[in-house]
Amino acid sequence: MSDSPASPLTTADGVPLKVSLRRAVRRSKIKAFLLVSPLLLFLVVAFVMPIFEMLWRSVDNPEVSTHLSRTVEALEGWDRESLPGEEVFAALAEDLREGQQARNLGLLSSRLNYEKSGMRSTITRTARGLGTLEPPYREALIELNDTWGELDTWKLIQREASPLTISYYLAAVDRQLTPDGEIVRAPESQRLHVTLFWRTLWMSLVITVLTLLLGYPVAFLLASLPLRYSNLLMILVLLPFWTSLLVRTTTWIAILQSQGVLNDLMVAVGVIADEARWQMIHNKTGTIIAMTHILLPFMILPLYSVMKTIPPSYMRAARSLGGRPFLCFRRVYFPLTIPGIAAGGILVFILSIGYYITPALVGGQSGRFITNYIAYHMQTSLNWGLAAAIASILLFVVVVFYLVFNRLIGVDKVKLG
Amino acid sequence: MNESLQQERNDSASETSHAAEAHFVRFINVQKSYDGVELVVKGFDLDIHKGEFVTLLGPSGSGKTTCLMMMAGFETPTHGQILLKGEPINDLPPHKRGIGMVFQNYALFPHMSVAENLAFPLEVRRLSKAEIKRKVARALAMVRLENFGDRRPAQLSGGQQQRVALARALVFEPELVLMDEPLGALDKNLREEMQYEIKRIHAELGVSMIYVTHDQTEALTMSDRIAVFNDGVVQQLAAPETLYEAPENAFVANFIGENNRLYGEVTEMIGDKCQVRLDSGETVLAKPVAAGGIGARTTLSLRPERVDIAASGAEASFDNRFRAEVREVIYLGDHLRTRVSVCGTDEFILKTPNAKHYASLRPGQSVDIGWSSSDCRALDA
Ligand SMILES: Nc1ncnc2c1ncn2[C@@H]1O[C@H](COP(=O)(O)OP(=O)(O)OP(=O)(O)O)[C@@H](O)[C@H]1O
Ligand SMILES: [Mg+2]
Repeated sequence: MSDSPASPLTTADGVPLKVSLRRAVRRSKIKAFLLVSPLLLFLVVAFVMPIFEMLWRSVDNPEVSTHLSRTVEALEGWDRESLPGEEVFAALAEDLREGQQARNLGLLSSRLNYEKSGMRSTITRTARGLGTLEPPYREALIELNDTWGELDTWKLIQREASPLTISYYLAAVDRQLTPDGEIVRAPESQRLHVTLFWRTLWMSLVITVLTLLLGYPVAFLLASLPLRYSNLLMILVLLPFWTSLLVRTTTWIAILQSQGVLNDLMVAVGVIADEARWQMIHNKTGTIIAMTHILLPFMILPLYSVMKTIPPSYMRAARSLGGRPFLCFRRVYFPLTIPGIAAGGILVFILSIGYYITPALVGGQSGRFITNYIAYHMQTSLNWGLAAAIASILLFVVVVFYLVFNRLIGVDKVKLG
Repeated sequence: MNESLQQERNDSASETSHAAEAHFVRFINVQKSYDGVELVVKGFDLDIHKGEFVTLLGPSGSGKTTCLMMMAGFETPTHGQILLKGEPINDLPPHKRGIGMVFQNYALFPHMSVAENLAFPLEVRRLSKAEIKRKVARALAMVRLENFGDRRPAQLSGGQQQRVALARALVFEPELVLMDEPLGALDKNLREEMQYEIKRIHAELGVSMIYVTHDQTEALTMSDRIAVFNDGVVQQLAAPETLYEAPENAFVANFIGENNRLYGEVTEMIGDKCQVRLDSGETVLAKPVAAGGIGARTTLSLRPERVDIAASGAEASFDNRFRAEVREVIYLGDHLRTRVSVCGTDEFILKTPNAKHYASLRPGQSVDIGWSSSDCRALDA
């Protein structure tokens, strides 16, 4: 072959064949890379980096170790049995004084407050009293706020000194750490996220099944009608895509609310009494109805693209072989559409797990998804660590679903549009 | 194995009445329009005997598939009746007709193995497991694919898929099998092999077959009778020899085999012959087949192998003789194709055997050619 030392193959101008081939290939590789590089760059900046940022934030724990660095150092070798000594309190006073001057005690106090309620006011009040504080600091600080006299406070500071934490993840699944480091369930009144996770999952499943039931016949019609009619139908299917999501969602509010079109109609016809109007919005029903409608095209299009490739001769062959229409459908047509069902199903399911705007608008209290709480923690409670932890769990769930799906169906079999 | 299958068929066949033997399938004045504007099939009449191999032959778009689809029940005739064994089947859904069908693209179910494909028609008929197994094995043996039962259709070659499709259409022992250009996707060698195979199976099982093709060689070699189709009408329904030797109209003459055409007007009837004055002025004696009376325009049809040159010694029987100029000689090994100018056309073809006295023809040379009036058919214009 060309690498035999005796006679390396060369091109006409004497360059070894391998070298010139490599050169030619490299050039086309560089060209290909340059073509995709804008998108690649965009993806890295707008997608990959934020995901890593999010994953990092969900475990990042810098507050205590930076803002209470002296205290943390002084706490080293503490016996955890009795209150720490004067040098630790002195270090705390020093840290807080510095923090107050730099005006960055807020982060520290909220971080500690997540773990032990009341810590925010403890720190604020202590910082306010720092000006008149005289040694010995131990007595003075406990005098100022007796939280400093509790063993648990110091255990907490020591524990949270570590640069990484799992407490956001624990909070995301309604667990917490005791001062001694055991994982326990959060108090009943604070449990929320697990229920939301489950609700998000089962409602997404219901929405997926509904879109399948509604979308399958439409996709079938689309694939089997003559072109004239199927084009028209396709426009009807795509029309929602061209309408603003907000418009579609608020339209559902107008239709479904208790003084809305549907209720008015049913009262007028006499199906229901005026006092017994149905509550179809701002609850689970509203979320399911609106999301099913909004996600329907994502089911129809993959189904359609698969059905389009199934020649009508299969069904004809099955009929001519003696199968009744339904049997032919079940044995021949349906199995051939499974890749489309799988593609549409996984698409709608994953989209709906991560849907935010519609449940926020029509979901009320009972129809909210976990995503609405991610937004809440990011915008209102400003607990970004918790938001990141919930979002990471959601990402993990989606990846697991994807892998299971890939295992069962095979992503390569899936056709999207 | 195949004998027993044939036996079963013969048993069931003997129960049917004699009338059904003669009129096994009948199309009576069937018309079909898809759009309500244009008739795709116009007044289609066909009568197929039991065990017959009938081919629908015609150019693309002539309505062959449409007729087959009406027979199978996937399209409804706009007018007319289709009878199967004397019973009208217009309102019978496809799955109750019991007609085997082979599709052009085979339509093997891709998600089932070959054996499952073959078992499908038996399962829907609720046969027992053991019997299904036996019949599937027998059908596979019939098409010589004994060891391919577990394969998926995608893992078979085109010819093998074709055999499976054939086996599937036959496995439930239908009395009638429809085939729509089943060999269209195969290469020439495989086509010929499969033509032979289909004929063999047809002879073995004695089923009736309606076969669609636009390949005239295929139609000529395989069929008992051929229905030449054009423009939604059967132009002629006859055995292959008759179609070739005695075409009834200009379309059939042109469509089947090679054909010299001369155009003119009938001037006189002389016994069983007629005299035609060609547009170029010459007078030709011909056999009136579908020409109108005196004064009617006509197309003369003449097979190239029925024309000879005067030096061959056979000219005594020729009542038509002309002087022609050789334009081109194409050497084809066993025979020569000579293009000459005669009777006002440059496209007149002679097909002559590669014997000594023909070999001297050169372009530009003048020769005397001739043909018998009985080979020259005066057809419609
Ligand atoms: N489903 C349909 N809707 C409308 N017109 C059709 C339909 N199927 C066929 N046609 C028209 O009917 C005519 C006959 O079609 P058909 O398929 O029967 O021809 P064919 O003889 O089988 O031709 P080919 O040899 O090309 O298969 C054509 O002009 C075709 O355009
Ligand atoms: Mg056709």
